[in-house]
Amino acid sequence: MSSARNTDHTVALSPTASDAANRAAHTERTVHHVRIEEDLLTVRHAVRAATLRAGFSIVDQTRVVTAASELARNAYIHGGGGTVTIDQLTLRGNAGLRLTVKDDGPGIADTDAALADGFTTGAGLGHGLGGARRLMNDFELHTVPGQGTTVIATRWAGR
Amino acid sequence: MSAPASGGVPILRLGDVLVTGLLNELDDTTAVAFTEELTNRISSDGARGVLIDISRLEIVDSFVARTLMELTTMARLLGARVIVAGMRPPVAITLVELGIQLTGVETALNAEQAMAAMGWHQSLQPSGGGLGEFRPEH
Repeated sequence: MSSARNTDHTVALSPTASDAANRAAHTERTVHHVRIEEDLLTVRHAVRAATLRAGFSIVDQTRVVTAASELARNAYIHGGGGTVTIDQLTLRGNAGLRLTVKDDGPGIADTDAALADGFTTGAGLGHGLGGARRLMNDFELHTVPGQGTTVIATRWAGR
Repeated sequence: MSAPASGGVPILRLGDVLVTGLLNELDDTTAVAFTEELTNRISSDGARGVLIDISRLEIVDSFVARTLMELTTMARLLGARVIVAGMRPPVAITLVELGIQLTGVETALNAEQAMAAMGWHQSLQPSGGGLGEFRPEH
C-alpha cells in the first residue's frame, strides 16, 4: 500500500483559502495538545468558546465544533496524537475561525479515498475527513506518508 | 432501582420501557460503558422499548452517531425497540452535512412523542398530574 513517493499530497479545496486567511488579521491564537482522550473534550470546549467569541450562529457553532471533533479524533486515533490550533480571524469585518490540526502519524497514503464517504480504518463511520470538509468553508489537507498529516479548515460567520 | 454504574448515565424503567438520556459530553469510555449497561438492563428488565433522549447533546459527531446506530442494532437483537428523541435542529443540519443519516434509528421530535409511540399516553385531565398513563396497545 505504501509507495516510495515522498511527495506532499496536498488537497486544497479552495485555492484562495490560504491567501484569504493570510491577509486576515489574527486576533487570537490558542494551541491545544491532543494526547489523551480527555483532550478531545478540551478541544471541543475551546472551539465552542471561540465560535461564541466570533459571534457564530448556533448552526455554525455546531458545524465547527463537530468538524473539530472529527479532525481531533482523527489526529488522536490515526496520528497518535497531535495539536489543534485555533485562530480567530477577521477579514473585512467578517469573523472567521481557522482550525489547524496537525499530527506526526503515518500520514495518509490515498487522500482521495480518505476523503470519500464510507472510508474508515478506525472506530468512526468513515465520514470524518470528508464530513469535516463539508462543514467548513475552506479545507486543505497536507500529508506526507511517514511524516504526518495537517488539516487547515476555516469557517466564516454567515457564509 | 437504577444503579448508574456506567459513566453516570442513569437508566430508568417505566413499565417495559427503559428511559435514558445522553449528556452533552459523551466520550469514548462513557459510550462503551453506557452500551454495556443498557444492553444488560434490556435483558434483566425484560424491556420492550428504549427511549434515548439526546436533547442535551450539543453535537453529534460520527463517533456518537455510530454509538447510537450500534445501540439500536444491539437492542433490536435483544427484542427491544429504540427511539432516539429530542435531537436539536442544528445537530440535524450538521449530521446531514456530515453525510450521516442514522440509518435504522427510529427518531421522535421529543421524549413525549417517543413515549406515545411506545404506547404511553398522557392523561388529558390536569388532575392526573400530567404523568403518563400506561395503556398497552396489545
